[in-house]
Amino acid sequence: MPDSKAAPPQKLEISLWRKLTNHLATAFAVSTVVIVLAPLVAIFAYLVIKGVGSLNLAFLTQTPKPPGEIGGGMANAIAGSVLILTIGSLLGVPLGIGAGIYLAEFGQNRFGNAVRFVSDVLNGVPSIVIGIVAYAIVVLRQKHFSALAGGTALAIMMIPTITRTTEEMLLLVPNTLREAAYGLGVPRWRTTLSIVLRTATSGVITGVMLAFARVAGETAPLLFTAFGNQFWNWRLDQPTAALPLQIFTYAISPYDDWHRQAWAGALVLIILIVSAVAAVRYVVRRGTLGGVA
Amino acid sequence: MTGPQPVLKDGVKRRESLLVRASDGVLADRLFSWIIFGCALIVLVILALIVWQLVSRSQLSWHAFGWKFFWGQDWDPVNDHYGALAFVYGTIVSSVLALVIAIPLSVGVGVFTTEMCPKWLRGPLSFTTELLAAIPSVIYGLWAIFVLVPILRSYVQPLLAKTLGWTGLFEGPPYGIGMLAAGIILAIMIIPIISSITREVLAVVPQHQREAALALGATRWEMIRLAVLRNARAGIVGGIILGLGRALGETMAVTMVIGNRPEIAKSLFAPGYTMASVLANEFSEAAGDLYLSALIEIGLALFLVTIIVNALARFLVWSVTRGQPVRARA
Repeated sequence: MPDSKAAPPQKLEISLWRKLTNHLATAFAVSTVVIVLAPLVAIFAYLVIKGVGSLNLAFLTQTPKPPGEIGGGMANAIAGSVLILTIGSLLGVPLGIGAGIYLAEFGQNRFGNAVRFVSDVLNGVPSIVIGIVAYAIVVLRQKHFSALAGGTALAIMMIPTITRTTEEMLLLVPNTLREAAYGLGVPRWRTTLSIVLRTATSGVITGVMLAFARVAGETAPLLFTAFGNQFWNWRLDQPTAALPLQIFTYAISPYDDWHRQAWAGALVLIILIVSAVAAVRYVVRRGTLGGVA
Repeated sequence: MTGPQPVLKDGVKRRESLLVRASDGVLADRLFSWIIFGCALIVLVILALIVWQLVSRSQLSWHAFGWKFFWGQDWDPVNDHYGALAFVYGTIVSSVLALVIAIPLSVGVGVFTTEMCPKWLRGPLSFTTELLAAIPSVIYGLWAIFVLVPILRSYVQPLLAKTLGWTGLFEGPPYGIGMLAAGIILAIMIIPIISSITREVLAVVPQHQREAALALGATRWEMIRLAVLRNARAGIVGGIILGLGRALGETMAVTMVIGNRPEIAKSLFAPGYTMASVLANEFSEAAGDLYLSALIEIGLALFLVTIIVNALARFLVWSVTRGQPVRARA
């Protein structure tokens, strides 16, 4: 900090105009914060007010009623979302973590740079385009909209995010740990899995949860892969309902009761996402796996 | 590559010997590195698959219409004639509108959080703006339909028509739903992206730049303008372009409020249609090979544009934050 006492007294004569612009700029910055936070507050307030009012047991246990009839729920959509997300995670998480390990431990070469660049590119691909690709490679082959196709689309979206965060987290692990393991004669694969990956577990899981939270609310890639379903379905090769799809269908429908249920569905979706993230973080922090990150 | 060979064969404690014995062997190491390599290869394969599928499946439409596809205005599934100009127009106008609204707001938020706000507020503030990014697109759409659109219809649009109607941008019946609603909801969705990048690049402006400006007698605003914003310019532009990339490909929220009519109108009150929302609405019902192929060609165009936009943005952000840790300034 400059020593203000040493400055000559003339320094204080800042012209009115400069003072004014300074205050205006501050006022502008403060007002932008207020304007940006307003929709956030409004969205959460509406979600809670409208959602809680419409949430009931029937919503959580029943399947949708035919259009126009009052009542029914989204139980099958909640189950379908769980199914699709499970498939997506089973496909996406191991591949993403594997690719991340490659980048961190073996990837200081041209191939590694290519993988890095391509995952950044994939991160920016619109989700609806991923949906088209999943449609082309799964739905057209199976001749069915299916949970599997939906899961594939979500996996494709998860892989690049998980790859990059895993790499970042593994690079945080100090090299001395690797050297110590080698020094004890532990082979490289064992070092990577039980020393490096284990140390970075909490960071890697945080990355996985970020990817999960991102795809859990995705609607666009499911439109023509999982497609939606008004009934229960547990088969992987059949059209499956999903919570975001159901919210979309209900929101653009002309029925008041469906609008009400769309709000309830949105609240359930947000709660599912937040609680999944919180639960995993809690388990990780409590468990023996607390790592560096 | 294999790690250093085990040196201690005798005299190692039981635990270590177990570690060594249970996993001894070059074979396991080689297998592991191949599996990991395979995972990394998958990332490249996915991109190749996307490109190959989009290109090969849009051939039919490409051969039928060529470049005219993007200049043709009529989208007519009944007569199997397709032109995507209305969708391209809708995508560009809604994204530009979103940027016009989002840029001053998100740069303001970024500047406030790094330069003006008291330290205790900084964490919660960045957390809340990031929370905006975690809300699923379909929930934005839901909120826009039932909250934003009614507000626009009964308050904002009549006001705009009265004061700025002479520009021609705010004419016609105030439906609420339309290009304006799409632009506003897109702006809300891209503000977290632009402001978090802005924060990142402002944070790596060296502290002595600020001190130098202040020592020369600059007011705080002058310091921000001359020392901070000027240094971070390229990075902020990168963040804006990253936001543009997101806006171009955003599907659900836009589909729910833009009105979905393939028309080109000057007024922002009029309904429109974007490339992403025509895919969302018509893809699963597309009967006929040419129809499907035309939709996939729209997907291909969207894919190429977002890739170029994103690559440009990453390059700009990288040119500012290059090599420096993001939290260089406490």
